[in-house]
Amino acid sequence: MKYLLLICADQDLELTAEEQAEIGPTMDAWLKDVDGRGVRLFGNQIRPVSDATTVRMRGGDVLVADGPFAETKEQIAGFDIIECDDLDEAIDVASRHPVARFGSIEVRPFWTE
Amino acid sequence: MTQDVSDAVATAFREEWGRVVAALIGTTGDWDLAEECAQEAFASALKTWPRDGVPRRPGAWLTTVARNRALDRLRRSAAEAAKLREVAALAPADDPGQDDDSGIRDDRLRLMFTCCHPALPLEARVALTLRTLAGLTTAEIARAFLVPEPTMAKRLVRAKNKIRHAGIPYRVPPSHLLPERVVGVLAVLYLLFNEGYAASTGADLVRQGLCAEAIRLARALAGLMPDEPEALGLLALMLLHDARRAARVDAAGDLVTLEDQDRARWERAEIDEGAGVLDAALRRGRPGPYQLQAAIAACHATAPDAAATDWAEIALLYWQLGELMPSPVVELNRAVAVAMSQGPAAGLELVAAIEDTGALAGYYLLPATRADLLRRLGRRAEAAASYRAARDLAATDAERRYLDRRLAETTNPS
Repeated sequence: MKYLLLICADQDLELTAEEQAEIGPTMDAWLKDVDGRGVRLFGNQIRPVSDATTVRMRGGDVLVADGPFAETKEQIAGFDIIECDDLDEAIDVASRHPVARFGSIEVRPFWTE
Repeated sequence: MTQDVSDAVATAFREEWGRVVAALIGTTGDWDLAEECAQEAFASALKTWPRDGVPRRPGAWLTTVARNRALDRLRRSAAEAAKLREVAALAPADDPGQDDDSGIRDDRLRLMFTCCHPALPLEARVALTLRTLAGLTTAEIARAFLVPEPTMAKRLVRAKNKIRHAGIPYRVPPSHLLPERVVGVLAVLYLLFNEGYAASTGADLVRQGLCAEAIRLARALAGLMPDEPEALGLLALMLLHDARRAARVDAAGDLVTLEDQDRARWERAEIDEGAGVLDAALRRGRPGPYQLQAAIAACHATAPDAAATDWAEIALLYWQLGELMPSPVVELNRAVAVAMSQGPAAGLELVAAIEDTGALAGYYLLPATRADLLRRLGRRAEAAASYRAARDLAATDAERRYLDRRLAETTNPS
């Protein structure tokens, strides 16, 4: 059984210089722990919401929009890592996901390949 | 420089900018590099064409110069970074598929689909299309959309970043995606046109110039997608509207209704071209919203005077349009056409039906239409009340002045 984590943070949050300086070492420690124990199978930093696309399937039509789904009430229920040629293929895969029929799928490119 | 050569460069800029940028994006994948090198190629044309003459194929000349600039730049940066792969990509294109009769690769269609990708915000699609395909500067686009230049610059950068980071493809979509994506491209071009058309009352020439840019792009799209009747339909619609532009406002900047427009001021050649393009579209036997709207515009544009307008045909076209894309605004227009062909009472019934749905509450043309129909039926007190209701909802001074005139005619008939 695998578990997937989606890391969320307030984008407008201003970190203090101290907090900023702590991120690197804290992250390194977390990675060392989860990687060292073989818990973390795969992970990556993802591009911010400005690079997101939202897909819905309604009445047989694929509805595509820029950006994240705006309703903050909507919770992230999980994530899948997919390998695609381009955004069109990713949109196609997302539009076939069952949750696309009542919820929405946010397609976020990886920060690095 | 002689006038001829500077005209040739200006013409080449309008005709070839999009093609040069599109070809360079196709070979380098770098949007900023493509724009900068295209700019340098045009600067180079300004210097060398007066001396050496205008080349036989200006587009091919400009593309070659721009491509060489890009190659130089990438070679230089390759010395600093490992960018050799990009240099290799600059070898002459071996895909002969899209060469046109001028012998240069035409990537504009791919560029249009990428700029108008639904994963980009609408305002970015519009801005990107104007920047990369029409060659407007960021400052010009900012002025046309009434936003500060830094805001527009940020919008363009963000859109280009998303194309790169999110992997928006640079290609004509495969056939299963094509129908919906074509609709998206047409919508962006029509939005562009309408921005310019709505600006006719203002003094800003940049905004008015959007009509010409939209027509140029629609013409290019129709040429690149000859089997897409809606592309032809959109071009026809733009031409038929644009032909009436000068007659839409009077010397004081007030709106002149279709009925009262001086038809001698309509551009006859543009109407003929629009009607011809529309015929070519309709012959394909696949009508769509743009073709139907163009057909309605053609009914107006080809009537020798307002009284000769074929309102029964227009009512039928609005009905067909409503079947394809149900909309209360289309229904309101149908009500007007029905009133003209069958009498104001029949129109009033349709207006009442729209009012019952509450769909257009707050839209000034709903009470304004009711007022016009009541006035024609001689129900002057009710008409005056509806004109006042419309006046309270009108958004522009020109609309309010028009309604004031109608109100005065209703309360003090001469």
